[in-house]
Amino acid sequence: MTDSRPKTTVSMTINGAQITADVEPRMTLLDFLRDELDLTGTHTGCEHGVCGACSVLLNDVPIRSCLMLAVQANGERLTTVEGLSDPDGSLSLVQDCFWETHALQCGYCTPGMLIAAQALLQRNPDPSREDIREAISGNLCRCTGYGQIIEAIELAADRLNQRTGKAAR
Amino acid sequence: MKAAAFDFVQPSSLDEACEHLSRAADDPQIIAGGQSLMPMLAMRLVRPGLVIDINKIETLSGVVEQDGGVTIGACTRQTDAETSPVVSGRLPLLRKALRFVGHDQTRNRGTIGGSLAHADPSAEICLTAVTLGAKITLTSAQGQRDLAASDFILGPMTTAREENEILTAVSFPIWAADGRVGTGFQEVSSRQSDFAIVAAAAQVAIDDDGICRRAAVAVANATPAPIRLTAVEDGLVGQEPTAAVVDPLLPSLESVLEPEADLHASGTARIHIAKTLVKRAILEATEDAAADD
Amino acid sequence: MTDRAGAGRFVGRNRRTKEDRRFIAGLGRYVADIRVPDLKHVALLTSPHASARIVSIDARAALALDGVYAVLTGDELAEATNSLQHGVEAPNIIWRPLAQNVVRYAGEWVAAVVADNRYIAEDAIELIEVDYEVLPAVVDPEDAFASAELLVHPDHGDNILFHRKFVWGGVDDDFAAADHSLNFRVKWGRNSTVPIETFGVVSHWDPGQEMLDVWASVQMPKYADQIAEALRLPGNQIRVHYDVDVGGSYGVKRGLKHAVLTGYLARKLGCPVRLLEDRLENMSGGDAHGPDRIFDVDVAFDGDGTVRSMRMRALDDCGAYPGRAPLQLGKPVGSIVGPYKIGSVAYEAISVCTNKTGQVAVRGFGQAPTNVAIERMMDRVADYLKLDRLDLRRRNFIQSAEFPYTIPSGTEYDSGDYQTVEAKARALSDYDALIAERDTLRGSGSLAGIGVATCLEPGGGNAAFEPLFNPKNDTTTWMESCTVKVDRLGTVTALICTSSSGQGHQTLVATVVGEILEIDPADIRVVHSDSLSSLPGNSPVASRMAIMLGGAAQRAAEMLRERLMTIAAHNLERDEADLVYADGAIHARDDDAAKLDWKQLIRICHGQYHLMPPGMEPGLQASYTMQVPNGGTMPTADGRVQMYPCFSFETHITLVTVDPGTGKVAIPRYFIVHDCGTVISPAIVKGMLLGGIAHGIGAALYEKFEYDESGQHLSGTFMDYLLPSSMEIPDVQMDEHCTPSPLTPLGQKGAGEAGYMGSPAAVVSAVNDALAPHGLTAESLPIKLGTLSDMLRTLDGKD
Repeated sequence: MTDSRPKTTVSMTINGAQITADVEPRMTLLDFLRDELDLTGTHTGCEHGVCGACSVLLNDVPIRSCLMLAVQANGERLTTVEGLSDPDGSLSLVQDCFWETHALQCGYCTPGMLIAAQALLQRNPDPSREDIREAISGNLCRCTGYGQIIEAIELAADRLNQRTGKAAR
Repeated sequence: MKAAAFDFVQPSSLDEACEHLSRAADDPQIIAGGQSLMPMLAMRLVRPGLVIDINKIETLSGVVEQDGGVTIGACTRQTDAETSPVVSGRLPLLRKALRFVGHDQTRNRGTIGGSLAHADPSAEICLTAVTLGAKITLTSAQGQRDLAASDFILGPMTTAREENEILTAVSFPIWAADGRVGTGFQEVSSRQSDFAIVAAAAQVAIDDDGICRRAAVAVANATPAPIRLTAVEDGLVGQEPTAAVVDPLLPSLESVLEPEADLHASGTARIHIAKTLVKRAILEATEDAAADD
Repeated sequence: MTDRAGAGRFVGRNRRTKEDRRFIAGLGRYVADIRVPDLKHVALLTSPHASARIVSIDARAALALDGVYAVLTGDELAEATNSLQHGVEAPNIIWRPLAQNVVRYAGEWVAAVVADNRYIAEDAIELIEVDYEVLPAVVDPEDAFASAELLVHPDHGDNILFHRKFVWGGVDDDFAAADHSLNFRVKWGRNSTVPIETFGVVSHWDPGQEMLDVWASVQMPKYADQIAEALRLPGNQIRVHYDVDVGGSYGVKRGLKHAVLTGYLARKLGCPVRLLEDRLENMSGGDAHGPDRIFDVDVAFDGDGTVRSMRMRALDDCGAYPGRAPLQLGKPVGSIVGPYKIGSVAYEAISVCTNKTGQVAVRGFGQAPTNVAIERMMDRVADYLKLDRLDLRRRNFIQSAEFPYTIPSGTEYDSGDYQTVEAKARALSDYDALIAERDTLRGSGSLAGIGVATCLEPGGGNAAFEPLFNPKNDTTTWMESCTVKVDRLGTVTALICTSSSGQGHQTLVATVVGEILEIDPADIRVVHSDSLSSLPGNSPVASRMAIMLGGAAQRAAEMLRERLMTIAAHNLERDEADLVYADGAIHARDDDAAKLDWKQLIRICHGQYHLMPPGMEPGLQASYTMQVPNGGTMPTADGRVQMYPCFSFETHITLVTVDPGTGKVAIPRYFIVHDCGTVISPAIVKGMLLGGIAHGIGAALYEKFEYDESGQHLSGTFMDYLLPSSMEIPDVQMDEHCTPSPLTPLGQKGAGEAGYMGSPAAVVSAVNDALAPHGLTAESLPIKLGTLSDMLRTLDGKD
């Protein structure tokens, strides 16, 4: 790369790993994750904060990575879809439920949906159908009509509650 | 959709931020949550030379009750305001309004001050500030000044902020006990959580006889900036705010509102919607006051 | 739960898909994830004007920018490439990736920059100075049709790309004999499928192989051939890689001009070049808009509700360049009467050019808009006669005993049981109770309406609209191929000849092959090959892959199995008829011990030629290229043709409310009963159906590419073009029915356009039912909140 524009050094924790890199200030967190770190699970959809395909967890809360500069993530902790699976590569509960209900087709919105679902279940382990609907309303899906996504998150909540010994909903 | 190049600083104090901001030659721009600014940068609708990130200035975040009001730091995340017990207890109208602001992912990052400074005519936080007569605090290297929200927001994306000023806080008054306070917030958008086509907010104080002692009613996105409906407010005070009382007040909106047409609705449609929502907000607030213990 | 009709060991069973795991793990490999060393990036300068002459382009400052390698303009590209092909005969309309001399829509590509990264490329774009002379624009399609002076392509002579009036049967006589007639106009707004992934392509000229490698997010028939023709290269110098995951398409991911542009640049610069549309480029310049259609319908009917004849005029606004768009008026010819017995039809199809972004194939290829027109016709007849809308449809259905049934335009419908599906939908929705619920809502001051739609989904994709709409095109096959092979270790691999954009082709093929070979589909690998190593295919268009790819895979697997039987018969010294194939082993019917297991069979094929029947080809592989069932014939002189082979059917019933104070529509109830013959993968069909319904709700209520009078595109972002979110899409209650197709091996029909075929019609039907008591109608899609609000404003004080 012949780019000679000034860069800033940033450090952050991504999916548990500490990284340090030089970035141009104008680079979005989304482009940084994808093009500099090769974390291509996070997807580019609209680049203006509407579609949600670029959702990641910033200190455990979901945000849109196209609406944040990489330099703003300096010192922060991030989780991308690659970080949802266990270190051995096995799928998380939510991921597995997405597979079971076929909560996707082309898979493009899926990482963002999983981030939204994960965040919802972390703050509300027993969500109503309407809670689920609202939690994913910032993530556009063009394939599924959302039905099997909502089913997947309901299933994940049920399994989570069974796992933690709470009564099934 | 990639931003033009800029320099970036992330000051840790307000003084430092003000100093950066005072260097006009750098064409500086403040970023907080970035939920409005980032798309504008990406589309190159704004092209600052210097972006000043105020997120690391700790004194700009937080919600405190003081001097009969609630002061919210400019960098307070919308989610944090929404879940703040002070906001729930003392500013229920703001809490209701925040439910309509964007989505989880944008509220987690978007700030109270950022929404006010951006001054989108449909913005719920701006509407709430105008409804309640909130006070906007602006800080520069030269000092600090306060402006009423309605004097601060001048029009679409236009405010009274000088180029060297940072919006640092907003203070909402808490209504003294004139009775039971109730709030109503109504909004219509094409899709849930889109920018409002029209939004209406109402806060009323109702006495033990069901009579309205105080009313604040305002509309967003039917004028260049949110507007208080003083004729409606005056018509409510001293009355029991029933549909029969509200209905005759609604035609007054036609002379006050000057809505513009866009892709989503014509001006006349907006007036129709505004009347509906103003009525619903008032009735919601009245019911809320009755339910309030 | 009882077995689904047509279910087998794997077919029709609820099983996990093969594709989902990698997407869920974030391990999909989309075009933006393709990593090629030394990759350079393209950004586009697009026209700010709908119509203008390019006076001059000065790119010197852009070229001087650090990190910029090239600025390409229309003249250079035109010199080096052939123009892109259209679906209709229009030799004087020249379509190129970059505008030359003239721009014909706002968003048209004017110049391309190649740079080290996209940020720098966009910096350079800003430095290009273009001097335009603005010209008047053709914006209104009726004006375009009528105008002889104001022309989008003056050399073409007019703005008309296609115009023909078909008459099938005694239309005038039927109108004269009918008790009643009525006419109306309905408009389908300019919308599209708008996938969340924009179009992208990576092109790389390999100087050693002397070959252009192309990775693209593409769903397009004959893509490699068309790139080769435009770049003036032999077909075997282009290799399009089909193993790229496509982030949604539903028809629109065509990207021919993108590949030609980057292919040229990659050769010129000797480095790989990537163009990923950003959202603005995609919405305005991607040539990916969909049908934009005005229907004028006359219908003749009797007092008992029998619809006798229909005249339909469809005027479609194609935008600036035809592409395949005019053909989208052609596909509906093959189901122009929907599921109804209508004795005669006149169909006038008109496609015009305007100064707008070009159209491309959109889910259903023009069928969903046409279904709206047909269904509004049935609603209006019912309303006129004060008959129930479902009853009216039922009265006109083709009866199940009448199949195969040939409609006036010459297409034979394969099978159907519309009455049963409609009855199931009536039961599912508890139709009488639903009517009571609507009336209760109305009584409490709401506007409430019930919508119904009973619609066909043609599937299988014999693209007979090509010869029908273009006299120079005599294509009568839209074949599809599959290779199945078993390696020396005994594992099964199938090769398919297309990329996938969420349709689950790996699951489809593995399920079908597994069914035949009696091997768990989870153990079967399905590989997306490339354009050079694959057999002919036509990509997943036309709701055809269950039929065509499923059919090809099944036949290839059967050929393998037949060969194994021959080998076993030879070695076990039995007649094949006396042998049983079970779980990959073959044994004698009367002696379990006389057996060859899978390993033994594979060993014979891959090594023991001495044990093979004389003359048999060694190894174990089979390929099959399938012709479209019922396909292969040219249209008659009066335009009768077998358009598609298989016809799925769906009945939608929905309840909506319209807030009289705001115009906001809510959809509290939605029911659908769907019949696509034998279901191969239930979860996939369910997803297609739900997704199609959602997409149709978008078309009915939210989505439109808006233009102003000067031809400026106003809906270039996701804030202006509204894709429905989870809050706008209702819970859908569904049931299914199975009327197998007699034309396909498993009885399967198409399902890729399911839901979308009927949901726009159902929602529009419901909104109009809600408005009807107030004497209002809304016949222009999308029916936006603002439009309804303006309409309902007049009711203030009246109710």
